[in-house]
Amino acid sequence: MQSQERVNKNVTNGIALAVIWLAAIATVGALGTILVYVFVNGIGQLTPTFIFTNPHGVLMEGGIWPTIQATLYVTALAMLITTPIAVLAAVYLAEYAVQGRLVQTIRFAADSLASVPSIVMGLFGLSLFVEGLGMRLSAIAAALSLAFLLLPIIVRTTEESIRAVPKYIRWGSYGLGASKWQTVSRIVLPSALPRITTGVILAAGRAAGETAVVIYTMGTMINAPVSPMDPGRTMPVDLMLKAQEGINVPSAYGTAMLLVLMVLAFNLVARWIGRRNRRMQG
Amino acid sequence: MANDADLTGHDAAPEMCADPSSAAAAPQPPKHSARRALTKITRGTYLKEAALKNLFLLCAFVAVAGVALIFIFVGIKGWPIFGKVGIFDFLGGATWFPTKGHFGILPLIINSLLAMTGALVLGGPLAVGTAVFLSEVASPRARALVRPAVELLAGIPSVVYGFFGLVLLRPIIADLFGGLGFGLLTVWLILAVMIVPTIATLTEDALNSVPEGIREASYSMGATKWQTIWRVLLPAAKIGIIDAIILGMGRAIGETMAVVMVAGNASVIPADVLKPFLTLTTVIVMDMPYASGDHRTALFGVAIILFVISMIFVAAIRVISRFGKRVG
Repeated sequence: MQSQERVNKNVTNGIALAVIWLAAIATVGALGTILVYVFVNGIGQLTPTFIFTNPHGVLMEGGIWPTIQATLYVTALAMLITTPIAVLAAVYLAEYAVQGRLVQTIRFAADSLASVPSIVMGLFGLSLFVEGLGMRLSAIAAALSLAFLLLPIIVRTTEESIRAVPKYIRWGSYGLGASKWQTVSRIVLPSALPRITTGVILAAGRAAGETAVVIYTMGTMINAPVSPMDPGRTMPVDLMLKAQEGINVPSAYGTAMLLVLMVLAFNLVARWIGRRNRRMQG
Repeated sequence: MANDADLTGHDAAPEMCADPSSAAAAPQPPKHSARRALTKITRGTYLKEAALKNLFLLCAFVAVAGVALIFIFVGIKGWPIFGKVGIFDFLGGATWFPTKGHFGILPLIINSLLAMTGALVLGGPLAVGTAVFLSEVASPRARALVRPAVELLAGIPSVVYGFFGLVLLRPIIADLFGGLGFGLLTVWLILAVMIVPTIATLTEDALNSVPEGIREASYSMGATKWQTIWRVLLPAAKIGIIDAIILGMGRAIGETMAVVMVAGNASVIPADVLKPFLTLTTVIVMDMPYASGDHRTALFGVAIILFVISMIFVAAIRVISRFGKRVG
């Protein structure tokens, strides 16, 4: 009886672990399928002409250079707006905040902001920045809307990075008579910097791949923005329109491939910074 | 900018991280702060510290302002439709035919819930399984492959998921089951993969925060790995896993660009999983380019509903976590 139970137990264990393995394999497999499919179909598209020339004709033959410029422009602008505010907000939450109603409200707001569907954020940007403040469809309207989307992401990763800095380093600093700000700015933030950077880079990847926010705040006009007031069409918007309308599908594959490559690059850089940091800290 | 340079140029801190004993024994503070440490805190220093603290608080308050602004500015554009149609007819009306003046979003709500539920049924076990794998089963080498994969899945833009579904998954489903391949089945498969990173990362965090001693106690009683996972670890991490799943639900119901490409977008409740359908999010994408007047107002009304749904999910997580803390 007892031995039979033991066999049962081990058989169940074996089956269950196999199922868990299958789940992990399915997850990796899903990623692998997407990557391989996009790469196989997109690699032939990635010529210098495709990347560095303007599109022409009704079917948008030629390159996608203006959409790449628009993507980089709006991502950079959004990061410039969000990063300082988000990092300082995280400093407040991690170093200064005392548990209470105020902090509860801020955290609830940040969580809510993080879960707002991006399409709602897009209509919000349209209502406030594009129409309300008269910015029209422009890079700055898109960047400001993206800023609200990215804010909670960067706040969370930065707060985690700051909290990961050991307490005794702060005590050492206070023990030497440093003020709170001196401790934060010269001791805590430099120690947390690599991890903060990782979070910011991953958030930039998120901004560059965002469609729903950008389409309602920056429009769909093919244009390389020069001033922040210029409209433009980013790569995700370009991909979406081409796929929806079924025009120039090969070029859509190329755009998809570039987007995936960009995300890969952002991830690898973030990972590299993380690893270098771990090595430096022994 | 100058401040940033100052931060990076200062590499005393990482050394301190590396060796706590040297930090304690031979601290090397910057010269000027050593001088300042000897003087009493001046009124100037005090004011500066207080001002900085308030500046940071202001930055943190941007999040609160953001939520309020979204509510106000989506609200003012969408609110009139509730007055015009009546909030119950808007939410409960069975016909969405805006060009004929029918603004009932009940079919869209049901379709969104259908899409979310299917995604959860498929993606939930996949995500929790992956999280258990990462936290309990995987060798360090397997973990080093699976964890980056999960992170990458989170990073892939939703428009790429949609495109992938459109060009690869849709034809496969059309071949296997007939029809055009636009429908719930395709949407479920895509959304299931998209919510895996959200649920898996948070579930893994929850499992990792279960104390090691509990595992050891279970193993020392003769429990197998699976018994430990099923009877001990998953119940112990229950609250965290429920939170993760609710966040996954929020992600699924709010997803737009991936769904719009494979849903086919017909404004009826689909008869089966292979028929085209329209959801709360995709109706905005489809109609926004040409909508005007009441139709446009109704789309902003839909956005209000989506915003409220996402707030309800966040509030639910709060309540459940608080409840869990009281029980634990």
